[in-house]
Amino acid sequence: MPIVLIVAEQQPDGNLRKATLNAISAGKQLAEKAGAELHLVLLSKDPSKVSGELAGLGAKAVHTAAAPEFEHYLAETYAPAIAELAKSIGADYVGMASTAQGKDLLPRVAARLQAAMATDVMGFNGGGADVTFSRPMWAGNVFAEVKLTTPVKVFTLRATEFPAATGGQGAAEVKTFSPKVETGKTKFVDFKEVKSARPELTEARVVVSGGRGTKGDFKEIEALADELGAAVGASRAVCDAGWVPNDLQVGQTGKVVAPQLYIAAGISGAIQHLAGMKSSKTIVAINKDAEAPIFQVADYGLVDDLFKVLPALREAIHKAKG
Amino acid sequence: MKILVTAKRVEDPESKIKVKPDGSGIVQEGLKYKINPFDEIGVEEGLRLVAKHGGEVVVVSIGGKEVQEQLRHALAMGATRAVWVNHTGPLDQMGVAGLLQKVAEKEKPDLVILGKQAIDDDQNQVGQYLAEFLGWGQATFASKVESLESEQEKNKVPALQMGADNKSVRVVREVDNGLATLECALPAVVTTDLRLNLPRYASLPGIMKAKSKPIEELTPAKLSVDVTPKVQVLKMASPPPRKAGIKVPDVATLVDKLRNEAKVV
Ligand SMILES: Cc1cc2nc3c(=O)[nH]c(=O)nc-3n(C[C@H](O)[C@H](O)[C@H](O)COP(=O)(O)OP(=O)(O)OC[C@H]3O[C@@H](n4cnc5c(N)ncnc54)[C@H](O)[C@@H]3O)c2cc1C
Ligand SMILES: Nc1ncnc2c1ncn2[C@@H]1O[C@H](COP(=O)(O)O)[C@@H](O)[C@H]1O
Repeated sequence: MPIVLIVAEQQPDGNLRKATLNAISAGKQLAEKAGAELHLVLLSKDPSKVSGELAGLGAKAVHTAAAPEFEHYLAETYAPAIAELAKSIGADYVGMASTAQGKDLLPRVAARLQAAMATDVMGFNGGGADVTFSRPMWAGNVFAEVKLTTPVKVFTLRATEFPAATGGQGAAEVKTFSPKVETGKTKFVDFKEVKSARPELTEARVVVSGGRGTKGDFKEIEALADELGAAVGASRAVCDAGWVPNDLQVGQTGKVVAPQLYIAAGISGAIQHLAGMKSSKTIVAINKDAEAPIFQVADYGLVDDLFKVLPALREAIHKAKG
Repeated sequence: MKILVTAKRVEDPESKIKVKPDGSGIVQEGLKYKINPFDEIGVEEGLRLVAKHGGEVVVVSIGGKEVQEQLRHALAMGATRAVWVNHTGPLDQMGVAGLLQKVAEKEKPDLVILGKQAIDDDQNQVGQYLAEFLGWGQATFASKVESLESEQEKNKVPALQMGADNKSVRVVREVDNGLATLECALPAVVTTDLRLNLPRYASLPGIMKAKSKPIEELTPAKLSVDVTPKVQVLKMASPPPRKAGIKVPDVATLVDKLRNEAKVV
């Protein structure tokens, strides 16, 4: 039987990154289409923290490898280990969520497996050995259907297109493996975490984003986000100016989000920004320019000054919630 | 030091991309082309590094004869010479990385700088494939700690930090939840993110000088690389349109809609 192998990822705090759950349900969809079985793999200094959780997510097997070298992720140590496992179990498909780690790691795994790769896969078509992948190109202006013609096929998954896998479908067998650990020519120096008390941008139910129109004053964006229990996002212009951390950038070359509610304030709506938020369920745009392209994707547009609208909106929501 | 930088020719990010009715590709008429924005950032970083440490920037592009425009652009910015791999027809990331591997083996650079992604294919793969093919270290999504409005940026200080004797490079990377710093032994592969630098404009003297700078022509056959694409684009389509929304007159109406129509607050 063909095998779909999905790579799991831990966050700095050791918990599973949520996007892994979306990747696992994508793996299930693919396994069904391809008539394959689903396997998961985790490399970690200490896999025990999440191996139980992984075993309950409906896969046939969970492969874990523990080594001190896996504490800090490096493509050069992770890629050979993943590729070695993929070869030994005969994986036909190797996938991972399109996180920063997934995007850094999987092409290197693919190179090692002489495999072709599709990035940001949104869905699967066809069946059996002829499964094809749909993925965005040109900042989401184009949806392409692509076929990978190498024996092993590698891909990253756009988390927003797949539901999160949930537990309770029986426990998979957890197998440990001991790959030859290659320490490459690259050293991990440090990781400066940007901590925030707000929800993770890619996981939040509501996102409030600010653009250049804020002129760098994010107080009202943050206050509204806190009233709504929302994450804060931003346009490229705002990140480039250093007004907010880089990893809040939403768009073609930043994060892709699809919350229940996306509020864009002072964002013009360039195609590169839309690429990262167009799949949100409800979009609200606040912009003083009635012609701003953001209004073309907004369900509700309000043409006005954001410094006037945001405080009023926060108060009105606060009151309405009682 | 020698720095090899890639320069892909892509559609201007400002242009409106439309899919052909038969789904075989995009409508080319009326499109403008540019150097991939991430690659322009790569050229700039290469130039800053050689300004500080000495050496040269060699720029490489793969494509038909029109990619010479992008090579000339990089030469006008200040690159010393160019390599053009002449190939028309589809190419995938493995093919590009295979060609770049051969060019790198020939040129023996200390550093290869690529963009993290080309804004047409949006694959974000070539640098990583290349690093593995060469057996080199990789640092993707390179960024700068200081903002693009900082003094460092105004003074064109390179973001990539060379170690002692230029034997290693320290790279700050944009990753989820923060910034990671790596140190790669040279030679290494680095891919650029948007916040690495603000590329310079080509000066008029730069443009004049670029006209006489050499462009070496190679082909996949000369480099003995089979570039048959293994990623085949079968069909293209426009994304499903969003249903048209409305403008609301005031905050009260907005809150009412959000609560009672969209039911999201
Ligand atoms: C290679 C490449 C990749 C890119 N990737 C991304 C990406 O991932 N994400 C991204 O966001 N962008 C990206 N961009 C940049 C993108 O093209 C736009 O430049 C950017 O999104 C603009 O940001 P903005 O909307 O905040 O600023 P602007 O376009 O300057 O818009 C500001 C808006 O604020 C409004 N405004 C001003 N003052 C007020 C006020 N007081 N009240 C209300 N409204 C006000 C103005 O009317 C205007 O519409 C990319 C560009 C390139 C070339
Ligand atoms: N045809 C090409 N010529 C030169 N460089 C390329 C070419 N295609 C891709 N690249 C480089 O590879 C990077 C990543 O591209 P991709 O993996 O296709 O998103 C780009 O930013 C370029 O630097």
